[in-house]
Amino acid sequence: MAADGTLAAGAPRTAGHGRATTLERFARRRSTIAFMMTLPLILVVAGLVAYPAGYGMYLSTLNRRMTENIGFGNFEILFDSDTFWNVAWQSCIFAITAVVLKALIGFWLAHMLHDIPAKGQRKWRGMLLIPWVIPPALSTLGWWWMFDPSYGSINWLFSVVGGPQIPWLGEPWWARASIIIVNVWYGAPFFMIMYLAALKSVPDQLYEAAAIDGATGLQRLRYVTLPMMANIISITVLFSLIVTFANYDIVRVLTNGGPRDLTHVFASYAFQVGILSGNIPRGAAVSLFMFPILAICAFFVLRGVTRRNKEQM
Amino acid sequence: MSATTATVGGGIARKVGSLHRERRWALVTAYISLVFSAIIMLAPPFYMLITSLKTSAEIADQKGNPWIVRNPTLMNYWELMTDKLFQGFFINSVIVTVIVVVLTMVISVLAAFALARMRFFGSQVLATGVFLTYLVPDTLLFIPLYQIVGGLGLLNSIWGLVLVYPTLTVPFCTWIMIGYFASIPKELDEAALIDGANWMQMLTKIFIPVALPGIIAATIFAFTVSWAAFVYPTAFVTTPDQMPLTIGVVSQLVRGDTFAWGQIMAGALLAALPPVIVYAFLMDYYIAGLTAGATKG
Repeated sequence: MAADGTLAAGAPRTAGHGRATTLERFARRRSTIAFMMTLPLILVVAGLVAYPAGYGMYLSTLNRRMTENIGFGNFEILFDSDTFWNVAWQSCIFAITAVVLKALIGFWLAHMLHDIPAKGQRKWRGMLLIPWVIPPALSTLGWWWMFDPSYGSINWLFSVVGGPQIPWLGEPWWARASIIIVNVWYGAPFFMIMYLAALKSVPDQLYEAAAIDGATGLQRLRYVTLPMMANIISITVLFSLIVTFANYDIVRVLTNGGPRDLTHVFASYAFQVGILSGNIPRGAAVSLFMFPILAICAFFVLRGVTRRNKEQM
Repeated sequence: MSATTATVGGGIARKVGSLHRERRWALVTAYISLVFSAIIMLAPPFYMLITSLKTSAEIADQKGNPWIVRNPTLMNYWELMTDKLFQGFFINSVIVTVIVVVLTMVISVLAAFALARMRFFGSQVLATGVFLTYLVPDTLLFIPLYQIVGGLGLLNSIWGLVLVYPTLTVPFCTWIMIGYFASIPKELDEAALIDGANWMQMLTKIFIPVALPGIIAATIFAFTVSWAAFVYPTAFVTTPDQMPLTIGVVSQLVRGDTFAWGQIMAGALLAALPPVIVYAFLMDYYIAGLTAGATKG
């Protein structure tokens, strides 16, 4: 943790500890000032994250009209519904495929960028990061138009080279693929930037030593680059897994869950059930299903970041 | 460290002669990959631009190459910019974003200063908590928040958005500011303390000026995130006059069976312009903020 390296003058004191002395002295206390400074943050975290989290759990145990507590009723109904299991599968397929592809493409692009002369890197990096800069809801509109069945520009390109005409958003598996393509397009540049930063921090002496030992390119990758980047790779992958698993924008704009609710992910299904169909408790139950996997990822991200900070200290 | 700049291209081929060809191949592969990926990365925005310059008649014409424009027109842009509804989206986005960015920066700079320099009871737990909050995605809590915002009577209002957007921005900004502040040498605080500065003076006279790059990076982050926010406005705002740009373009320009594609694309590009402009001018800060989450803090 960053706070580890703080000025350790004076033992930690509680904000309310000094009440015995005069109010004025209490107000001048460092811990009091510090508490006042963090108060807005605490209010945001407590009021808009912790409280809604607890409230969401409570909501998920209510009946549709929110008049009666039905325990795990909502969860039982969800477990019995095929649509819900489709949603769960689709979320996992989507998140895992998209993250793996993003990581591989990002890793490849970072290496390619690292290989070209340094003065050209800025320009290329700037261009390749553009997908990440455009708000995803808006760029997905562009993709939606490119996937259009009758005017689609991608199918036009295929027809020029004699390829097949693909029903991008009309057929379930192609619709799933389309969502993954858009997500990879949007997210791969982020991986590229993270990996490029990590690549640049690998000391050159290590490569020199490897070269002297006669290591091949693959051996350098396996024994120098990957171990040095392992931590940042795992942080980025897990972080992206959280964000991708909870993705909403792309599904909403591109397919809105269709065809036949087969491309819904947890977030878009929760929206559909909770807000659009007005069954708030069941919607809350759907989004709570994201919690376990997010918690596991968050735990490992935190561990990775903490470890990384300790190394740098 | 200095070797990264000295060995152009990663210092892979240091041995002279025999490795020269390997080096050239690496370079060729690199450029081919980069050109190929740049084409794919830039194709969607390019195609959006092309479409936005076409008339509806030209879009409907299925003959010929859709990737080129024959009779470019700015009609789509003109119609949007004179459209009261679209202007409203823009103004809403600007109001919400400006207020949220200011709030975020005040909250997170104060908190980060306290957490990085003034160790107090629970500061460790709070710093960890802030990072964990950053990992909570907006789609996990939007339903309880919908109820809470509704209870406060702020549904269908930009003020509801101003209330909830800090959950997207504050945790990350605080986290990277803690990192930036913690990297400031302690000698500076000690010098300030000896000169009789109080905590507030220390923050405004030393920490904020020294950590300015971090503050710029955090501000850019807060700006981009609030501008691009989609889940909350989609859930909380259904009346067009209170919509910010993202959901406004997605829900209001896309209506009926006949899509005005030219206008939709023009709207999407106009809405995407502010973050892209910020990125174009402040790319280094943008990237510093992006990588700071994992490498600093």
